[in-house]
Amino acid sequence: MNKKINQTINFGPQHPAAHGVLRIVMELDGEVVVKTDPHIGLLHRATEKLAETKIYNQNIGYMDRLDYVSMMCNEHGYVLAIEKLLNVKIPIRAQYIRVMFDEITRILNHLLWLGATAIDIGAMTVFLYCFREREELFDCYEAASGARMHANYYRAGGVVRDLPNEMPKYKYNKWQSKKMIDSLNKNRQGSLLDFIWDFTERFPQKVDEYETLLTDNRIWKIRNVNIGVIEPDRAIALGFTGPMLRGSGVAWDLRRKQPYAIYKKLNFKIPVGTNGDCYDRYLVRVEEMRQSNIIIRQCVEWLKKNSGPVMVDNSKIVPPKKDKLKSNMEALIHHFKLFSEGYTLPVGEVYAAVEAPKGEFGIYLVSDGSNKPYRLKIRAPGFAHLAGFDEMVRGHMLADAVSILASQDIVLGEIDR
Amino acid sequence: MQNIELINLVNKYLADEVIDLTEDCQELTLVINSADILSVADILKNSPFNFNMLMDICGVDYLHYGLSDWETDSATSIGFARGIERLSKKNLKLIQKDKRYGCIYHLQSLKYNTRIRIKTFLPEQQPVIDSVTEIWNAANWYEREAFDLYGILFNNHPDLRRILTDYGFVHHPFRKDFPLSGYLEMRYDGATSKVIYEPVDIDEREIIPKIFRDDTRYINTSEEVNNE
Repeated sequence: MNKKINQTINFGPQHPAAHGVLRIVMELDGEVVVKTDPHIGLLHRATEKLAETKIYNQNIGYMDRLDYVSMMCNEHGYVLAIEKLLNVKIPIRAQYIRVMFDEITRILNHLLWLGATAIDIGAMTVFLYCFREREELFDCYEAASGARMHANYYRAGGVVRDLPNEMPKYKYNKWQSKKMIDSLNKNRQGSLLDFIWDFTERFPQKVDEYETLLTDNRIWKIRNVNIGVIEPDRAIALGFTGPMLRGSGVAWDLRRKQPYAIYKKLNFKIPVGTNGDCYDRYLVRVEEMRQSNIIIRQCVEWLKKNSGPVMVDNSKIVPPKKDKLKSNMEALIHHFKLFSEGYTLPVGEVYAAVEAPKGEFGIYLVSDGSNKPYRLKIRAPGFAHLAGFDEMVRGHMLADAVSILASQDIVLGEIDR
Repeated sequence: MQNIELINLVNKYLADEVIDLTEDCQELTLVINSADILSVADILKNSPFNFNMLMDICGVDYLHYGLSDWETDSATSIGFARGIERLSKKNLKLIQKDKRYGCIYHLQSLKYNTRIRIKTFLPEQQPVIDSVTEIWNAANWYEREAFDLYGILFNNHPDLRRILTDYGFVHHPFRKDFPLSGYLEMRYDGATSKVIYEPVDIDEREIIPKIFRDDTRYINTSEEVNNE
């Protein structure tokens, strides 16, 4: 007589649907998931320990590499923590630039999420469409910071430099026709802000395109509706934030509830779901892209009208202007001190949180008064989400585990840290 | 709910447990005895506080707290040296042995839109504290992480395994006496066609020493910091 034994399988760590290096030990009863045990840490780089040996500004670059698809939002959380402890008010223009790039980052993140989720579920086209738009947004990153992904653009006290007046253009070459290069350069004639404006004009139609492919698609609905339902009280108990919480119908968004930077002055809506299933989380994220687009437009309008400094004028935390170095002794000393030993923070501890695309990204910073963080704890949204994965997936089919994992928007860079 | 109301509530309901209550940067910090964590957590989760969400649990090792690599104030008579003295045993006496580790909880109330931080200290010898997984389910992985990285033990945790470090790892790497480069390194050995572990062969070096300056006096408006 055959005795039924549950099958244990490895999901990952090299599985393409595991979104990075995630190993899940799954116990299956036939095709039904009985129990899962995610094994994380394969991408553990001890960022928090490394940060303890680096001066404050050197750690900004590490923040990009945590959640490597929402770079600037992570930086924002970190610099907010420093600014909160230093008690510095940063210039209003810098705040607008930060918010604009935060929202660009949100679109970048959700585009990657949408493409990756679609490809997990079997829709190839969306992935290509999403990456088409991502390229343009990376061009914005590059124009402002010089790097396409790991921008290292925010500083305690503002942003490292003002937005450029000129967009980088494609050069004529022998492989592409002149006509093609001209068409590529067509929307790059003005400043970065003009380029972003042009993008925001076109982007809502692009979102419509994705929605045409997915929202009413029968396969998409079969794979997502009523899959991975999480009740609001469970979502709260498990520490879910961001679209994972809003998908369950809890209207909780730090941009609205505990506003930082200039979110108070901006008009936008917080989309919420009703059922808390994968499909609702998809709808929430798609609507968030549209809302981010609206926020970006408000920021661009303001930034075009107003100029001003983008860094606080305080040489104790911000390096002096380059042109002063040759003529001003004090500027030279400040420059030397800042780059040889950094600035020190007052004794204390602080927790600063931002609404990153995945949820609440928090930085808990303990300072003992030195030039390095004594302890830097990163509260990554994905960590709590993946911890709740087991509860969400139990009783579902193996194939649904992929949808649920995808709908959590997992990035192992921030979970493993 | 404002912080001031929260302070009143804490004084009313938690008067016996609270050792210290401070407000800094508009954030409330509640210091309690580690033995009281379950009762405090239970009160904070329920009415009237309603801290229904646990945002984070974080371990801290206070072993090197306030110690610099490089004395900046007293070295003038013999001149400054760029060389770094390793933290000596003498310096380490500064730390109270019964307060070496900290276990810090960040709570949030979605109902009142408030946050609070609970801080507990744990001794060097047996850093043990009760698990709050029953009260906030989110605590599960956070406690595993604190155990893995700091060796803090959580009583009655359902599944206290390592989470971030490698299978078979022995130390608690985020403790301050664990070197940044670790003890073992791993490489593929062509001769034996195996992945082997060897002692680390790089020397740790400090590029920028940890120092203390009073520079913040120029930018900080808080009186408290200036006086220190």
